[in-house]
Amino acid sequence: MSMADMREPIESGCPDGFQYMHPTMRRNFGQWKYHDDPQPGVLRHVAYNGDEVYTVKAGTQRILDVFTLRTLCDIGDKFADGYIRFTIRSNIEYIVDDQAKVEPLVKALTDAGFIVGGTRNSVTSLSHTQGWLHCDIPGTDASGVVKSMMDELIGEFTAWDMPNRVHMTTSCCQINCGGQGDIAINVQHTKPPKIDHNLVSNVCERPSVVARCPVAAIRPAMVNGKPSLEVDEKKCICCGACFPPCPPMQINDAEHSKLAIWIGGNHSNARGKPTFQKLVASGIPNNPPRWPEATAIVKRILKEYKAGAKDWERINEWVERIGWPRFFEVTGLPFTKYHVDNWRGARASLNASTHIRF
Amino acid sequence: MADKHYPTPMLDELENGPWPSFISGIKRLRDDHPDERIRKVTDSLLGQLEHSYETRKGYWKGGTVSVFGYGGGIIPRFSEVGDAFPESKEFHTLRVQPTPANYYTTDMLRKLGDSWEKWGSGLQTFHGQTGNIMFIGTTTENTQHFFDEINEYGWDLGGAGPCVRTAMSCVGAARCEMSCANEHAIHRHLVNNFTDDVHRPALPYKFKFKVSGCPNDCQNSIERSDFAVIGTWRDDMKVDQEEIKAYVAKKGRQYIIDNVTTRCPTQALTLNDDDTLTVDNHNCVRCMHCLNVMPRALHPGDDRGVTILIGGKRTLKIGDLMGTVVVPFKKLETEEDYESLVELAEEIIDFWAENGLEHERCGEMIERIGLVNFLEGIGVEVDPNMVNNPRQSSYVRMDGWDEEAEKWFARQAEKASA
Repeated sequence: MSMADMREPIESGCPDGFQYMHPTMRRNFGQWKYHDDPQPGVLRHVAYNGDEVYTVKAGTQRILDVFTLRTLCDIGDKFADGYIRFTIRSNIEYIVDDQAKVEPLVKALTDAGFIVGGTRNSVTSLSHTQGWLHCDIPGTDASGVVKSMMDELIGEFTAWDMPNRVHMTTSCCQINCGGQGDIAINVQHTKPPKIDHNLVSNVCERPSVVARCPVAAIRPAMVNGKPSLEVDEKKCICCGACFPPCPPMQINDAEHSKLAIWIGGNHSNARGKPTFQKLVASGIPNNPPRWPEATAIVKRILKEYKAGAKDWERINEWVERIGWPRFFEVTGLPFTKYHVDNWRGARASLNASTHIRF
Repeated sequence: MADKHYPTPMLDELENGPWPSFISGIKRLRDDHPDERIRKVTDSLLGQLEHSYETRKGYWKGGTVSVFGYGGGIIPRFSEVGDAFPESKEFHTLRVQPTPANYYTTDMLRKLGDSWEKWGSGLQTFHGQTGNIMFIGTTTENTQHFFDEINEYGWDLGGAGPCVRTAMSCVGAARCEMSCANEHAIHRHLVNNFTDDVHRPALPYKFKFKVSGCPNDCQNSIERSDFAVIGTWRDDMKVDQEEIKAYVAKKGRQYIIDNVTTRCPTQALTLNDDDTLTVDNHNCVRCMHCLNVMPRALHPGDDRGVTILIGGKRTLKIGDLMGTVVVPFKKLETEEDYESLVELAEEIIDFWAENGLEHERCGEMIERIGLVNFLEGIGVEVDPNMVNNPRQSSYVRMDGWDEEAEKWFARQAEKASA
């Protein structure tokens, strides 16, 4: 096709959402007074003028085939008002303006195999990205991990049994697309990249690969007469940052790419300031298709959180109150030298006091 | 006769259990879709995914694919095992910008699904972690056809690569009593000012806008965006004392003491003997906890605006960074207010484009050059709200002290006379 035949794009950018918004929401934009929670998975919002909307939230498989998408639309047309939104964790929300529509909608979703829940103090669905299905650098498969874990945590999605909400995430490399979570299940490589020296000079822009390394462990080198890169394996922290710009530096390894679990990431400013997640467990086998070892540790942490935390405490607040020694004691997880931060800013995480629980 | 399929014994395990199965969905396309192209593509995709499960490795590599006129917005994927799984050897994703807070009618979802069925694999995700609709799996040629079709009815590509990325915002004022801002307007004013920077990657690295209507920050904007805009208020929070009494009557004094007043991070709440609540608004940090527990009784005040934090990002390369305060409070009421918000974003992106290293996020640049140099670069004055505490290290040259103190007093005088 010649250039002259090509269609110029319309650079419309981000579309206006009001055209797809439930009319009751449009009418009451900025005029909401309060909400309550009639049942798990259902929210009721009340406006100053007395208008109400009910939101029914459901978990889906996230990677939606067009048949499933149409089923969700059919339910929206038949049992709701035809207005849908998706949450940041890929749960679907139907908005209706009549309480009488709630029960039939919940039933239709449940009958079709979707899971109504994920509101208030529940375990909401895991946020995640593509993994082996579509990513170019993944150490594991996010969708499979999520499916396996949610099968086991489904009762916590559909109930309000947690002290506060639990946001979980999973990520297939240390870029951590899944984001911060109360519990995060992330790939942790444990061996330096294996380098295909035949390919490096053709595929990689060597100076920019050198620049990507956080610990300056990569340097240009001639290997077998070819320009390539070499890694100082004593310095290498196995982060995988060199792999995206230089695929011949293969970081993923069937045996040595493990899973690690991090807890206490909290985005909210409620009570305390936002926090980042902290390492609690590593060396967990990356074990498709069901990853049982990772799920078992997640369940153990959730069990202790549920038993030990006060109402409204997120996981980070619970551990701050009981202390990290107690956390490792109650969960039975080992505390190792790898739990101690050892970079330049690490002193901020050391205990410079006599505050010790006995 | 049924088509012959790649065997998927490991993936089959993911069809068990109560949570909806993405494998069952892909298999429905493979088995039941009327279009042979989709049946074959999804069969091949499952074959490659099974191979990944067996070998614990990914087999996609990137490349260069875009649509005419743009440089980004597509995630190109070429299979490294395309000989074994040829029907899905080109399997690109289009990132498409949704509306703020992700609204759809069923009609529009069907229309998008129909277009994607015509040109792609029939697999889509609402949404990826950057906030885009992900249309997963098509060839280079069909990438253009699909984009042309949906672009005609109002949809545009999002960001991929070193560019301004698709923005995200919470449901906010559309359905939430906590909202202190018009997230919708903020989101669109910001990202749509930078469509050129979204579509033609030419920045040091990615740049993300996220908008939350209140400090609950449901969009994780402090942790996950370069430019976080969060609604807040300056005047007194609104207290409905009758509703406070109703909460006390329903839940008991002990519950309110244990779960509301003693949980206030600045001890700004007192539950009085007559079951009313006194708020020390001057010391309230707008954390939202008491409003979250008692949404009928407590509401944000009327003098609303936003706090802006700059520089959040995840690990690579120097470790996690939260966004930090650059604008403690900004009104967003008039068109001029919005214009100055956009100007601030332009100032920041321009400064970073000029001074950031390759593959360096804005927050990493600030870490490298120091907040004060950054503020001077974008023309913003220092403010004690930007720090947890003043400096602890005495290793600093301070011969400009008198001048800087003068500036402070001048700004204070200006504020007092405003």
